[in-house]
Amino acid sequence: MPPAANAIELHEVSKLYGAFAALRKVTAEFRAGLSYVILGPNGAGKSTLLRNLAGLTRPSFGTVTLLGTVEIAAVRSRIGYLGHDSMLYDELTALENLRYSARLYEEESLPAGRWTPEQSLEVVGLDPGLDRPVGKFSQGMRQRASLARVLMARPELLLLDEPFSNVDLASSAQMLRVLNQMRAAGNTILLTTHQPDLARPIADCFCTMQEGQIVSMEYFERADRGAAFHASEEPRA
Amino acid sequence: MSYARIVWAHLQKDLRLEWRSKDAINGMLFFSLLVVVLFSFAFDPTMAVSRQIAGGILWVALLFASTTALNQTWTRELRHQVLDAQRMAPSPASALFLAKVLANFLFVTMIQVVLGPLFIIFYNLHALGQGWLMALVLPLGTLALVVNGTFFAALSLRTRNREMLLPLILFPVSIPALLAMVQSTTGILTGEFDPGLWMRMLAGYDIIFLTLCLLLFETILNAE
Repeated sequence: MPPAANAIELHEVSKLYGAFAALRKVTAEFRAGLSYVILGPNGAGKSTLLRNLAGLTRPSFGTVTLLGTVEIAAVRSRIGYLGHDSMLYDELTALENLRYSARLYEEESLPAGRWTPEQSLEVVGLDPGLDRPVGKFSQGMRQRASLARVLMARPELLLLDEPFSNVDLASSAQMLRVLNQMRAAGNTILLTTHQPDLARPIADCFCTMQEGQIVSMEYFERADRGAAFHASEEPRA
Repeated sequence: MSYARIVWAHLQKDLRLEWRSKDAINGMLFFSLLVVVLFSFAFDPTMAVSRQIAGGILWVALLFASTTALNQTWTRELRHQVLDAQRMAPSPASALFLAKVLANFLFVTMIQVVLGPLFIIFYNLHALGQGWLMALVLPLGTLALVVNGTFFAALSLRTRNREMLLPLILFPVSIPALLAMVQSTTGILTGEFDPGLWMRMLAGYDIIFLTLCLLLFETILNAE
């Protein structure tokens, strides 16, 4: 089977914060339609990598090619980013938050099968009719609402920064079910976590970062994907 | 999707957030009331003196009060990284800015509605000039305050001492507008001179700064 097209290509990407290099000449390719679980200790550069991919920070050096273009702004509507925090307003209900978010997307830039705010909340197991503001949600509910916001536009590329942190097992399981569906539908997922066992069911590749570099990318064969490949790539940082 | 619809989406969200939290309105209201009442007791002015100083007191009270609200404008977006979601959305950044300006304009106008009658009572005011011109001076002056305030609040967003920094940047930049607001108001209240020139200056200031801020906002929003 020929290798899938790359969703992301990084070439010699470095990110400096003053004298500190959060990313150091990272060169890597992430194939479209696969799930990558990015592991590494705190300060390894996982979050910085995702923020660079999301276009929220710019690399100090190097180039990032995303969905075939280096103009990240041009493909923003095709990227979903979930940060450390919920990215939701505490004072609004989950449905109000999602409705507001949906209105900021141009209709024509969205895929035909996008979800409505109500559908998106149902997908993550939240009741759209819940009139409690997000500020009064548990951490697990908040993360699921946050994931619902990201999924609503059915993005081709999902960038999830520690989505399971401080989340109970039931909520994690619910989120994993949804992510597995997204993966099966051919979406590319990059997910950072400190819980590799939890993320293993959806992982096609474990990517390990250390001190601002990708030190290994370990692909697994997955029975449910039908095909594929089994490879272990040497770090190209 | 039209630009206006995106502005409306942002504005509706800001109004809803304020309605639920009342963070900006409460702070502004109490602050401006305190300033007006304190000045009234401190100076105990005669009717003629009131007309001379009322413009200054009114606009300084509104400037100080609006600063408390403007500081909160973007803080709310920083909480839980909501601003990152705004930056990721494929909608124009200037629409977000314009909606914030409109929301702040409405909040300050609401304060003026409450403050106005109290101001007239405390300072025993009766306009000797064309009083109806205040219906133009108040929105023009408010727009000048909120356009600059919203922009500079965004500019100081990522600084550690943003609450301190905003007045330090905003007040000097607002001096020409403040002068025009105070002079226009004094001209209307005393009837001693035509406020037309000052009002035109204020309108010009509004147009220039609104245009500049709309053009520069995206750069500010995406600055690291």
